[in-house]
Amino acid sequence: MSGPAVLLQFLNGLADASSLFLVAAGLSLIFGVTRIVNFAHGSLYMLGMYAAVWLAERIGFWAAVPLAVLAVGLGGALIEMILLRRIYRAPELLQLLATFAVVLIVRDLALWAWGPVDMLGPRAPGFAGAVTIAGRSFPQYDLLLIVVGPSVLALVHLFLAKTRWGILVRAASEDREMAGALGVNQRWLFTGVFALGAALAGLGGALAIPREPASLGVDLALVADAFVVVVVGGLGSIPGAFFAALLIGEIKAFCIGLGYSKLTLVVEFIVMAIVLVLRPWGLLGRASPPARATAWQGETVLVSLSRRSLLLLGLLAAALVVLPAFAGEYTLVLLTDVLVFALFAASLHFLMGPGGMASFGHAAYFGLGAYAAALVFLRLAAPMSLAIVAAPLAAALGAVVFGGFCVRLSGVYLAMLTLAFSQIVWSVAFQWDEMTGGSNGLIGVWPAQWLAAKTAYYYFTLALCVPAIALLWRAIQSPFGYALRASRDSPLRAEAIGINVRAQQWAAFIVAGAVAGLAGALFAFSKGSISPETLSVPRSVDGLVMVLLGGVQTLTGPLWGAALFTWLADTISRSIDYWRAAMGAVILLLVLAFPEGVAGAVQRWRPSR
Amino acid sequence: MFKSLIAGTVLLISFGTSSAQTVKIGELNSYKVFPAFLEPYKKGMELALEEINGAGGVAGRKLELVIRDDGGTPGDAVRVAEELIAREKVDVLMGTFASNVGLAVANLANQRKILFLASEPLTDKLVWQDGNRYTFRLRPSTYMQVAMLVPEAAKLKKKRWAIVYPNYEYGQSAAESFKKLLAQAQPGVEFVAEQAPALGKIDAGAVVQALADAKPDAIFSALFAADLQKFVREGNTRGLFRNTRVVNLLAGEPEYLDPLKDETPEGWWVTGYPWSAINTPAHRKFREAYEKRWHDYPRQGSVVGYTAVYAVANAVRKAGSADTEKLVGALKDLQMPTPFGPIVWRGIDHQSTMGAYIGQLAKKAGKGVMVNWHYADGAKFQPSDEQVRALRKEQ
Repeated sequence: MSGPAVLLQFLNGLADASSLFLVAAGLSLIFGVTRIVNFAHGSLYMLGMYAAVWLAERIGFWAAVPLAVLAVGLGGALIEMILLRRIYRAPELLQLLATFAVVLIVRDLALWAWGPVDMLGPRAPGFAGAVTIAGRSFPQYDLLLIVVGPSVLALVHLFLAKTRWGILVRAASEDREMAGALGVNQRWLFTGVFALGAALAGLGGALAIPREPASLGVDLALVADAFVVVVVGGLGSIPGAFFAALLIGEIKAFCIGLGYSKLTLVVEFIVMAIVLVLRPWGLLGRASPPARATAWQGETVLVSLSRRSLLLLGLLAAALVVLPAFAGEYTLVLLTDVLVFALFAASLHFLMGPGGMASFGHAAYFGLGAYAAALVFLRLAAPMSLAIVAAPLAAALGAVVFGGFCVRLSGVYLAMLTLAFSQIVWSVAFQWDEMTGGSNGLIGVWPAQWLAAKTAYYYFTLALCVPAIALLWRAIQSPFGYALRASRDSPLRAEAIGINVRAQQWAAFIVAGAVAGLAGALFAFSKGSISPETLSVPRSVDGLVMVLLGGVQTLTGPLWGAALFTWLADTISRSIDYWRAAMGAVILLLVLAFPEGVAGAVQRWRPSR
Repeated sequence: MFKSLIAGTVLLISFGTSSAQTVKIGELNSYKVFPAFLEPYKKGMELALEEINGAGGVAGRKLELVIRDDGGTPGDAVRVAEELIAREKVDVLMGTFASNVGLAVANLANQRKILFLASEPLTDKLVWQDGNRYTFRLRPSTYMQVAMLVPEAAKLKKKRWAIVYPNYEYGQSAAESFKKLLAQAQPGVEFVAEQAPALGKIDAGAVVQALADAKPDAIFSALFAADLQKFVREGNTRGLFRNTRVVNLLAGEPEYLDPLKDETPEGWWVTGYPWSAINTPAHRKFREAYEKRWHDYPRQGSVVGYTAVYAVANAVRKAGSADTEKLVGALKDLQMPTPFGPIVWRGIDHQSTMGAYIGQLAKKAGKGVMVNWHYADGAKFQPSDEQVRALRKEQ
């Protein structure tokens, strides 16, 4: 690269960093105070884009921006007041499920309101052209963005440092309960913070429209990027988010400038993995003392299943065994899916529940298993049985490596590191054409002849899933499980009585990974093909949704969650046009009605134990 | 939403009144992931269905469409296809958009021995490397569309070419075919830069800058949708296209051209669909019927959906039944009319010869249109039969 080229790419990086920062700042603010992992942040950004394009056509760009910001801020306040306010007391991460439902609803809402075609907004009047820098044209608007980013940083900083409300926000970030005890009205504080964070997302979206069209896919694409920035910078640290945005913006620009554009697929996740491995709390984050309000408080200890529950489960298993005699072929296909996802969800639950380690990247192990099975089967032409054995081994190996790094962290940092690793695995599968078939994946992964019939494969899946789930449950009741739960509930005390906390957690990763890998292999052979989708973020999110829907603090919850989610998706997508919104609405209702999950609710109504 | 719920219910009722006599088409597609293409596609299908059934159906039977959303992932699509096969007992599978979904469903169709008419997925593998007995594809493949553009690219007589494409199979194989075919057509051509941004996530400023720094005479692009719009706007602002000719796959399709409005870059060679200007009797009839039925103009997707349903109808008519093996035999070398002109379903690789329109972009009254266009017949842009046979393992 020549000198001017370097300069121009540097400026490009700055402009991208600014727009990245605007979104991340809001997310960081919201997380800092409310501890909500707001999946819907990208949706708020998308709403900002659509609102701004729509308004700009009517009242001009510069009038449209503040109005769009206001509208999205109001929308954020409404989401907080109608929805999130009701579930702050619910187990951690349930808010994540609620915001996921919001994502589904907002996506369909935008489709309904603005139609399916991308909407390219107008150029910003006054900043429509280019200036010449080092003999090259550079958009005036990008120069404006380069100024806007640091200005917003300064404003937010001033606001937090100098205003009374800002001080309260900081107090609540430090210690929610103490702030509450000192008479701070948390309700309005939370609403205010959420509205402000949403408004910042709206600002990011509105200011993006001179550079990119409003389109329906941006929500999830963006929220992942924003999370990366927030975590790399250090949760809750606005200056940290700014530096992280700079770092990632510049790295991306120079990847492109130097001709390594394919790296942009995953480079931010590589950066995040490196940063988290070297600095477990991000660039400017601080090691937070275990916040009282976010600890696993008031959890009912996972008790072993009562005799009656065991009997009921036994009856259920028996029903599943005799079912093929009555059910149609498709019911068996669907049930095979349910069993596979139940196994996947149970393995994730093993990490999240007893392990206390939420994973946002559990699909990595599911996909590693699926790919290992398919590769052994197709490339080595090995029999299916060998492929099924290889899957959990490969996934466990992945868990040995990734888990080893992850257990050094905790909370959202840990979750994000799992996400980073899963994205890295995904990008390898996506890029490595000769081996993994690239984005198309691998086809022709059909089970052996004796399992070709749907009934046979259903029994095969059942015969592997039931013992695997039973094994997980047994492990939870074993000394290992108790040590794991001790490590979760009180790492200090656990260490004091001689438990090697990290070793327990690492082992949990490996067990959960291996089981997820088995689920992946069963999935591959039931579909006949696999693609990078088995490793993708949506697959991980589906797992999270299943566990949370069922109830993270129950043993059987993930199973019910998986069954409910798979059945709902199948039924709703067939019968309702706007099926994603309908799905989101159902999840919201379930979240509000059963904040402890479906199985948790059943447990509560049946206290006689 | 309420309105569409009602519409959905009405659809269910009108499609649900099946008699044992109907030929059932199980259509699955990613309606909510790629709505810009697939909403017109659905309208095209429904128009064809009404026309065919209005004329008494085929082989004495009415057609019936069972439409499903495949969720946009291969795993879900396979389950949906299983439902169509096992529960709905459809005679034919049809649809899919993304290549990985298309390949997964084709793979299932081969296993379950049911005809799969892949309407949209573009990957070459669907009919070549991974082609199978039961899978037929309507749209011109990535290779064919690239081959259609290469003569125009060669006529530009530019030496230094830069390439930009979305980083997944469609973009990769488009870039690969382009390099190979252009080097054959124009020996001595140089490829000076290659940019492969992630699909839907192009950092357009940096990409435009990097391309400009390589000082190409011309650019081949396979970008579409939001990536294309970002690229065009940045390129316009930064003057990338001032002295650089551009050849862009798909950019002339209304789905991707219309959002560009006054940003439309003039003079680009593209594949697409100049719907308002094609005045052959076949196309005029289609356009008028479509506009009358939907009060909207047809998009590329409309033609694909419309033609796919007609393809099934013609195959059933020729076979005289909806038996899978007979349908496979009937579709091989089937000739049929389409709004784009007559096509043949090649027996050798199950690819239809439906072509595409090649032309240049221009701005008219603040809107993008195609000018200087001609129809490129898909039959003329195929590798030799020996090459096809070598790629297709099945034969």
